[in-house]
Amino acid sequence: MATEAVGLKNLEQQGLRTLYPGKTKISVGMATCGRAAGAEAVYRLFQEEIAGRNLDIALNATGCLGFCQQEPLVLVQSPGGPRFVYGRVDQKLVLQVLEGLVNGNLPDDSLLIRVYEDDVLVTGEKIILTEHPAEASMLAQIPFYGSQVKVATRNCGYIDPASIAEYAARGGYRALQQALRLKPDQIIAEVAGSGLRGRGGGGFPTGEKWAFTRKAHGQTKYVICNADEGDPGAYMDRSILEGDPHSVLEGMVIGGYAVGARTGIIYVRAEYPLAVTTIQEAIRQAEQHGFLGANILDSGFDFHIKVVKGQGAFVCGEETALISAIEGRMGDPRPRPPFPAEQGLWGKPTCVNNVETWVNVPPIVMLGSQWFTAMGTASSKGTKVFSLVGDIQNNGLVEVPMGTTLRRIVYEIGGGTGYFDLKAVQTGGPSGGCIPAEIIDIPVDYEALARVGTIMGSGGMVVMDERTCMVDVARFFLGFTNDESCGKCLPCREGTRQMLDILNRVCAGEAEMQDLTLLEQLAGAVRDTSLCGLGQTAPSPVLSTLKYFRDEYEAHIRDHFCPAGVCPDLFQLTIDPEACQGCTRCAKVCPQGAISGAKGEKFSLDQGKCTRCRACIGVCRHWAVKVVPREVQP
Amino acid sequence: MYAEAVGDIIARHPEPDGQVAAILEDIQKKYRHLPEEALHIVAEKLGLPLPQLYGVATFYTGFSLSPKGEHVVCVCHGTTCHVKGAKLLSEHLEKEFGVKAGQTTADGAFTLEVVRCLGCCSLAPVVSVDGKTYGGVKRGQVPELLADWKGGR
Repeated sequence: MATEAVGLKNLEQQGLRTLYPGKTKISVGMATCGRAAGAEAVYRLFQEEIAGRNLDIALNATGCLGFCQQEPLVLVQSPGGPRFVYGRVDQKLVLQVLEGLVNGNLPDDSLLIRVYEDDVLVTGEKIILTEHPAEASMLAQIPFYGSQVKVATRNCGYIDPASIAEYAARGGYRALQQALRLKPDQIIAEVAGSGLRGRGGGGFPTGEKWAFTRKAHGQTKYVICNADEGDPGAYMDRSILEGDPHSVLEGMVIGGYAVGARTGIIYVRAEYPLAVTTIQEAIRQAEQHGFLGANILDSGFDFHIKVVKGQGAFVCGEETALISAIEGRMGDPRPRPPFPAEQGLWGKPTCVNNVETWVNVPPIVMLGSQWFTAMGTASSKGTKVFSLVGDIQNNGLVEVPMGTTLRRIVYEIGGGTGYFDLKAVQTGGPSGGCIPAEIIDIPVDYEALARVGTIMGSGGMVVMDERTCMVDVARFFLGFTNDESCGKCLPCREGTRQMLDILNRVCAGEAEMQDLTLLEQLAGAVRDTSLCGLGQTAPSPVLSTLKYFRDEYEAHIRDHFCPAGVCPDLFQLTIDPEACQGCTRCAKVCPQGAISGAKGEKFSLDQGKCTRCRACIGVCRHWAVKVVPREVQP
Repeated sequence: MYAEAVGDIIARHPEPDGQVAAILEDIQKKYRHLPEEALHIVAEKLGLPLPQLYGVATFYTGFSLSPKGEHVVCVCHGTTCHVKGAKLLSEHLEKEFGVKAGQTTADGAFTLEVVRCLGCCSLAPVVSVDGKTYGGVKRGQVPELLADWKGGR
């Protein structure tokens, strides 16, 4: 209709005026990670100084640009010039930037990149900020961003998440407008044709799920956004909710229209308070502008979204448990079938997709399934967001086409592990496994990961260097799943406990070799007989570490030695006089004062005082702090 | 003593469908725990069996049947924080507070908790106090970090 088109156009214009104001604009990355790194203080100082110096500068907050290592991030953009992106901004740099703006000479310190143009994904437009000199660095030319393709995170760090107008200016809600002119079956066919698969971990084809829900009997149907991102080590959903909330809403409204639902629910964990308030504000704005509520964009279609907060239970990431939780009961899973597509929330057909899956929907509707299938591998299409964290130089959120090799992600984008060698990459959280450094050339897609004993999961990618004990990692995950097991089925409740007991014994040096056989048998039984995904996948961290790092298990048992120097009863530290250069770094960081020596001389470590906290290992640059088997007390 | 306040909270959630957890969350926020009497009132007003509410109250880590401290300190034990030494950090905080994780200090000022991933993995190890997140926390920084929260705010 003409009126809705005018409404969206006006909103776009309004958004362009704040995205590209006719004056200098400073944006501070204010997602949770930015705040934790001090973004609030940076924002306040800008605010005070701009007011105090009476400068005509627009200041606003934006989401997460993904380069978490460099938080707090600040973007500075003047009309006719490139956008300067600064990392690790502190009070001093705030003042330098403001001075630089006044005297026309922005500082080079802490400057990560200059951005010369913005791509608007869903419209294909390019917005040129200024002509860029041939030698200039662009977003694509720094290694961290070079291999990335931003689809799900297309707006994060670009827009003010509190501005629906800026979302519209980036092509937002155009897909909804287009979708409402199509028949639901056409939309489902497009989504099915794109090959989009569930980004929460299961990898179930999204189009199929929608088709099942559409076909299911009943007038009342629901769509749910699973934002109960419980996998430790994964935070892409939080980042999207905090940085680009409207893309989630737009995906859900399109999904609701396609499957025949009138109510959507976002189930978001209470551990993400900023995500909760951001999405609630976005819902209010979308209702106000007619993208949500009754008669959306004059189409006659009604759709409402409400937010339900998860109160802390990992198992609620499982869809049947999540539905129980929304219904106000304990979040325990139930056997499937019937699948939620037939009998879900309040017994009605329900389509559950995770945050990242929903945000892929608007670009697929706008750009078509073929655009999407052009990215990825034979069975895994599109892109995937990973949280690349742990022992890695450039940590942050990265989005790459499916099929990108793990090596490229870790070394090219992540910049490698630094001083210590890579040992393994853990994917899939407590349901996944550890990929050893030797096979890091595998492409990352659903099937390739499954073949090496792990899963895509929701996208956590924890890089571990040689200081990590793989038995301890397995024990950590088993401790997690045992804790989070809802207790409904015996294999998961008791099996994970027994496995954890064995792993505790291994880490304490009290296990025997036959315990490993028992561990494998238990793992098989828990995997094959548990009720839901939590139990079925709980043994994966154990099985994959037994497969690739069995020698480490054996060293714990046979030699009472933890080669990585993690399990406190099974190693001690010593300073190798051959290697020690007497640089004093280790002595300076030792909280116990256990290391002594004179500068330039050989240092020594007092076993009586050492608590084996390993602070010294991290700072020694001469490989002089050694992990050795514990001396047996006489 | 709870009837009026709990009644008000329930009234703020006019659609009780799917709002049970939200009602309990508000009660938890107000009293820093779920008093037994309040659960009775909710059960009666919403027409729900008390065991269902008890199940919810004990299933989710966000709810507690005994009062939490004025400030809740959470040490993240997600994978990345674990790899980056969260265990040593929480042991240090246990010493600092003289309580075990999950317990509240004798003066009721702090509850120490261990949580499974706050989603700030790039800043590991992470600690949060009443929802405010601190990244890259070293043991030596703990006194400074807690100083913000001591003696009321």
